[in-house]
Amino acid sequence: MAQSSAFPAEQYNFDIVRKFMIVAMIYGVIGMTVGVYIASELAWPFLNFDIPALTFGRLRPVHTSLVIFGFGGSALFATSYYIVQRTCQARLAFPWLAEFTFWGWTAGVALGVMTYMAGFSQGREYAEFEWPLDLAIAVVWVSYILVYVETIRRRSQPHIYVANWFFLSFLLAVALLHIFNNLAVPVSLTKSYSLFAGVQDAMTQWWYGHNAVGFFLTAAFLGMMYYFVPKQAGRPVYSYRLSIIHFWALIFLYMWAGGHHLHWTALPDWVSTLSATFSVLLLMPSWGGMINGIMTLSGAWDKLRSDPVMLFLITSLSFYGMSTFEGPLMSLKSVNALSHYTDWTIGHVHSGALGWVALVSFGSFYHLMPRLYETKLYSQTLIYVHFWLATIGIVLYITSMWVAGIGQGLMLRSFDDYGNLAYTFIETVEFMHTPYVWRALGGAFFVVGALVMAYNMVMTVRASRIERAALEAKLAAKLAQA
Amino acid sequence: MFDWLLWFTRMENSKPLALVLFFGAFCGILIYVFTGKHRAKRLESYKYIPFDDDPPQSDSSRSGHRPQSRKVMDNE
Repeated sequence: MAQSSAFPAEQYNFDIVRKFMIVAMIYGVIGMTVGVYIASELAWPFLNFDIPALTFGRLRPVHTSLVIFGFGGSALFATSYYIVQRTCQARLAFPWLAEFTFWGWTAGVALGVMTYMAGFSQGREYAEFEWPLDLAIAVVWVSYILVYVETIRRRSQPHIYVANWFFLSFLLAVALLHIFNNLAVPVSLTKSYSLFAGVQDAMTQWWYGHNAVGFFLTAAFLGMMYYFVPKQAGRPVYSYRLSIIHFWALIFLYMWAGGHHLHWTALPDWVSTLSATFSVLLLMPSWGGMINGIMTLSGAWDKLRSDPVMLFLITSLSFYGMSTFEGPLMSLKSVNALSHYTDWTIGHVHSGALGWVALVSFGSFYHLMPRLYETKLYSQTLIYVHFWLATIGIVLYITSMWVAGIGQGLMLRSFDDYGNLAYTFIETVEFMHTPYVWRALGGAFFVVGALVMAYNMVMTVRASRIERAALEAKLAAKLAQA
Repeated sequence: MFDWLLWFTRMENSKPLALVLFFGAFCGILIYVFTGKHRAKRLESYKYIPFDDDPPQSDSSRSGHRPQSRKVMDNE
């Protein structure tokens, strides 16, 4: 196998990785704060203040876009650009184009959330950007693919490491999803109508929506996992062959599962059943991957006691396992009849988004920081503080949503002896007030944890600058003496 | 002449065909990955790729003496 002798910081383009990591943290903190705010609005509606831009309907896509695309997307740009260079032992291709992807992505997300607050939206979940922004994002995405694929083509390592397979599938699938889901007829600069109608429109939306979860929030973050878990553990992944099977099984199965979001609707019954079947089958590759990641620590479990970054990574895998068990369960038609249109779904999404996506990203960033800035992390204790704040926050969030959702579902389908609905809708809303307060509190814990991380990050960068300045001064003094 | 192609346009034909093709491909991958001792060894050797470009360790760190100020290594 190819071996490299140069120091990574000199050999690779880390500048772009640093930029994306910083932007990911900024978008993450803002997006999560907006999330806590809208969660509080649901518990205390006066927080709308009768200002249209602050209403739940407008802020909700601001929250989802900032955390999924702003935080998650930027984290994926950062880590994929890092991983592809290090596993291919090649410097990032087309640096100017990579720079373009940074400014294009960052500006696209910022413009998008501003348009939401102004009231412009396509009304397609997780794809609310209006058509001019969709076009701009497509250009950025194609640039991303060019940079990534060309870097792989220039590799000095004969084999393409499995993490890159996950990233490549993510790049290809997201391009397809984005383009087809956003096919629309523009009627003005800020308004368009979908090319699809009726049940086809719903199916297209959820083909996009579920595969955005599958390829954006799962496959790509698995790529992250397959690199950072072994690196942080200091030992290779448990089974490379299992990772190959994990990849192909996941890719084969995910595309078919979107219809489970539309059970008991006008969707043909066979599509519903097919997607539920594929959703249940998805449990196998998901757990295969989780076991592969966790078993990487086999024989080195003590690292969980001594390494807080490992705690983040392994806990993220545990949440991945938990949410990929809950997902197939909720895709069963009978369970879905209770869970759908309730807050159970919101709890499920957040166990995956906070527990898996955010924790694996935080763990990877903690791994990256000292390597990108060539210094030690400012505080190990603060990583523990962050870990516990995040974990307590997630547990509060998902348990309160289980209570709210399952309770709400049971109340909505209760009948009295005469066959009338046992509860009015407003009674279910009253019931959910207490869990909503706990949910907002859980979210607040998570945001405080992210702020602790941001502080740790700023102090690490500061320490790096001071160290570098001291080193440069020393060098200058030596040169002056000579 | 090309009437047989119409067979593929019928959903009750193309759906099971797609299933057989995908399932067959997946079984092929399974067989490829989990058979052959040499292949297994080769495939498993790829898991060390993330460690291939670790910076070379200095003599002092190899002998167990770590300098007070140093760069963070990739395997820690």
